Amino acid sequence: MRSKRLLAMVGGALVASIAAVAVSYVSDHRAGETSLTAPAPTAAVIARGAYLAQLGDCAACHSSPARPAFAGGLRMRTPIGAIYTTNITPDVHDGIGRFTLADFDRALRFGVAKGHSLYPAMPYTSYYNTRPEDVAALYTYFKYGVPAASVPNQPPDIKFPLSMRWPLTFWRWLFAPSPAPFAPAPGMTTEVAKGAYFTEGLGHCGECHTPRGTFLEVQAATAADGPAYLSGAVIENYFAPSLRSDGPGTLGEWSDDEVTQFLLTGGNTHGMAFGSMTDVITHSTQYMTAEDALATAKYLKTLGSPDAAPQTRFVYDATEHNALKKGDASKPGAMLYLDNCAACHRPDGMGYERVFPRLSGNPIVQARNPLSVVSIVLDGSRTPRTAATPAQFTMPGFAWRLSDQDVADVVNFVRTSWGNQASVTTVDAVGQTRSSVR
Amino acid sequence: MAERKKPVDAVIIGYGWTGAIMAKALTDAGLSVVALERGPELDTSPDFEYPRIADELKYGVRGDLWQPLAQETVTVRHTVNDVAVPYRKYGSFIFGNGVGGAGVHWNGMVWRVSPEDLRFRSHIEQRYGKAFIPKDMTIQDYPVTFGELEPHFDHFEKVCGVSGIAGNLRGHIRAGGNPFEGARADEYPTPPLPAIYFGQLFDKATAELGYKSFPLPAANSSVAYTNPYGVRLGPCNMCGFCERFGCFLYSKASPQTTILPILADRKNLEVRTGAYVTKILQDKTRAMATGVSYIDENGREVVQPADLVVLSAFQLHNVRLLLLSGIGTPYDPGSGKGVVGKNYAYQMSSGTGVYFSEDVEINPFIGAGAAGKRAIDEFNSDHYDHAQLGFIGGSLILAGGTGGRPIEQMMLPPGTPAWGTGWKAAVRKHYRHSAPIGTLGSVMSYRDRYLSLDPTYTDAHGLPLLRITFDWHDNETRMAAYTASKIEEIVRAMRPEKQATMLIRPGDHYDVRFYQSTHTTGGATMGSNPSNSVVNRYSQSWDLPNLFVYGASAFPQNFGGAPTGLLAGLAYFSAAKIRDTYLKSPGPLVPA
Repeated sequence: MRSKRLLAMVGGALVASIAAVAVSYVSDHRAGETSLTAPAPTAAVIARGAYLAQLGDCAACHSSPARPAFAGGLRMRTPIGAIYTTNITPDVHDGIGRFTLADFDRALRFGVAKGHSLYPAMPYTSYYNTRPEDVAALYTYFKYGVPAASVPNQPPDIKFPLSMRWPLTFWRWLFAPSPAPFAPAPGMTTEVAKGAYFTEGLGHCGECHTPRGTFLEVQAATAADGPAYLSGAVIENYFAPSLRSDGPGTLGEWSDDEVTQFLLTGGNTHGMAFGSMTDVITHSTQYMTAEDALATAKYLKTLGSPDAAPQTRFVYDATEHNALKKGDASKPGAMLYLDNCAACHRPDGMGYERVFPRLSGNPIVQARNPLSVVSIVLDGSRTPRTAATPAQFTMPGFAWRLSDQDVADVVNFVRTSWGNQASVTTVDAVGQTRSSVR
Repeated sequence: MAERKKPVDAVIIGYGWTGAIMAKALTDAGLSVVALERGPELDTSPDFEYPRIADELKYGVRGDLWQPLAQETVTVRHTVNDVAVPYRKYGSFIFGNGVGGAGVHWNGMVWRVSPEDLRFRSHIEQRYGKAFIPKDMTIQDYPVTFGELEPHFDHFEKVCGVSGIAGNLRGHIRAGGNPFEGARADEYPTPPLPAIYFGQLFDKATAELGYKSFPLPAANSSVAYTNPYGVRLGPCNMCGFCERFGCFLYSKASPQTTILPILADRKNLEVRTGAYVTKILQDKTRAMATGVSYIDENGREVVQPADLVVLSAFQLHNVRLLLLSGIGTPYDPGSGKGVVGKNYAYQMSSGTGVYFSEDVEINPFIGAGAAGKRAIDEFNSDHYDHAQLGFIGGSLILAGGTGGRPIEQMMLPPGTPAWGTGWKAAVRKHYRHSAPIGTLGSVMSYRDRYLSLDPTYTDAHGLPLLRITFDWHDNETRMAAYTASKIEEIVRAMRPEKQATMLIRPGDHYDVRFYQSTHTTGGATMGSNPSNSVVNRYSQSWDLPNLFVYGASAFPQNFGGAPTGLLAGLAYFSAAKIRDTYLKSPGPLVPA
């Protein structure tokens, strides 16, 4: 009878849920190593841990304004509601002061803490490759190098039933890479391996630069996982560009030194950091040693088709510059470009090195997804301030001045001028971006 | 009851050029420093952003970045027999306001004095005899030489990314530069911007007459440039919105674009804006400064104790604050006694409008404050023989406009109607076919030209305004007429349709209604002993050894050219002495 079927179904679902919760409970409590020995907290270990925390950019999420360092409280939006980062100072009540090394390792690499799976906003899906001695150094830093702050954690703003955590265990099973210390791929030089260890691990570059699937899992966790890795992805209102050598103006045309310079200062002759990357440079990569930055550069330049034929290199085309010089602003968007952009970015699209980025051959400008360019035109941008580059340059936003049509026109102009080749941006796309930008 | 802040090592009054130079120097030395600025926080973003900054009415006429005169102004009279009245509307000079001070809205000309300008009295006496200097002219030598200041001029030019061509490189005279300049150790840090078209015409005409024209040294960096502090500047693209405006390209040197980026993270520096200093405080014996009293943005009185006081509030405000604080003896023109307020001088400027036929395309909107302009130094300082001329001093002659802004830079020949059809026709005929040649001329100091506190008018807090007693002397009007005649010769060689010179003639009175220059000088002069000056060669007060005063207030008279290079050089010279000697052993650096 139908009611019996219904009862059976509901009963079945209930049993399945209880089983799922039970399975999740068991899994979360058994994840990770059973015990690890913490090293002696020497100054050298703590300093190493501090450096690794900069590489991992822990502060980006676990430090928030107006609070002590690493006391958490940063609000992060997820599709199911807001979560707040946790206090990872050694406070015994509000922080991780009671964590053993095994507890810390479990959170960092397995994504399990205090008996439940973490929201993958914590990028354990990248940190999983951290070597034991580095996990130990990080732990020692957070336990002995960071002042304890008694700031309680804020619970997530997620409504039941979405607040149930056991689905995160299944997500972890399905999508998180198995935690294992980084091992170089066969044939990797020591230097490239160093760069890979950082990029695929603590650098967690893929969390922004790799596209995600239906369940918000990255489509590739390492270079070995295929061409989706670091191939570019939408993050907030920007398109974090591809870091692979896959077309004119991409990383294959940057020298090792230029990539290194970008990591250490946020700018080079090809362009300058914007959006969330400005914060990454300011809080994290500016502190890399020159060797680590160069190793990362060398690794990144192995991705994609770095030895592609010279025909695919970006070639500057003077057509638009010559037209503008003659006073011919007939190309759609050209007049808008002159009135709004050319003062800094120049009629030849070359900008001024490490002050106003060039637009010609710029990988952001030519990216397959114009979202970054549209957002920057609407909202402006600030370059990173680092110890080596203390001057900060700000591009004003033009949302107040330009209509959606204007923005589409000028974006299409820059994306198809001076040798740039890229797809058309529609008025609707601009409108959608405008309503989601602040 | 005034709020009393925790004592700091040093307090800086006024956060413009010299305030920023000293903030860096003192925090470099590890001192705890509080910088007080009466105006607001200002930065390229958001305050000078393109396109909003390119608004002539808001910034160029109504002075959105300038000190509000309704809060505080000066009073002006011509002679001691006149009653001074308030300067209620901007004209003759412009006051900065806010972080960066006038360094935000200046036009970026960085000029080195001629070596003889620093010992002008001696030089004139030696060349023409003691009697050549009129008795009522109170000019003096500086107690510091060009050679001592040269490394500091060089440093400031590098900090600002000044564009130019060296004329005298280590004693070698070089083509294209100013042959009259004092020997420089190094080339300018950035190359000059190309001459604007009118500058090219000027080059040709001056060459025909045998003069050596050169690019005006400009703190409008010509290329993207990183200064010795690691701060990168943008390029000047000659937008025509230079003086009176903040620069949107990070190119015009200002404290914001050159120094403040490296001070931003210094834990030993605190900047308080909206802080209006009313008095420098002294101990009971009046032997030492003890700090300052100021009014904060909530109108409350605050005391900031400090071991060292830096007064860098701009020439006029420096003198006012010394007088309000009772530091030193105020100058009395009757008896000639006292030094505070003495030797006030200004800049004598003239302008010659050059009107070409309509086939000469001047494009005035292509302009920068100094970059792209051309100059000759032949008729400046004592570069020429004055024996038969009946005056001393001279003018730097500079060619080219700084922009083509429609309200204030619409050059029209005299006699053009001020409105209506005739005006429109004249604008159509002349706008893109005319250009100015200007002068920055020396002004000597005189017994009867000085600064004091006004007996009647007060500021918004009830404190007496500074009173300027100033009018032209024949020395300056004769000098101006002479250099104007030289300009007219140059202009004739350009073969325009007409030219018209605006000149202050003998008998004309100082008129504050039209802009002439913000190069007001003196009142807290630098000299060799306390009877002839307010500060010594290290800018240290003779009265209070822990008070240092910076700015053109130090100049015993004004020279032809612009003051910023010299006042910055003097500040760096002082900073080095403070670092090397004063901090180790505080006290008078020069025996009185």
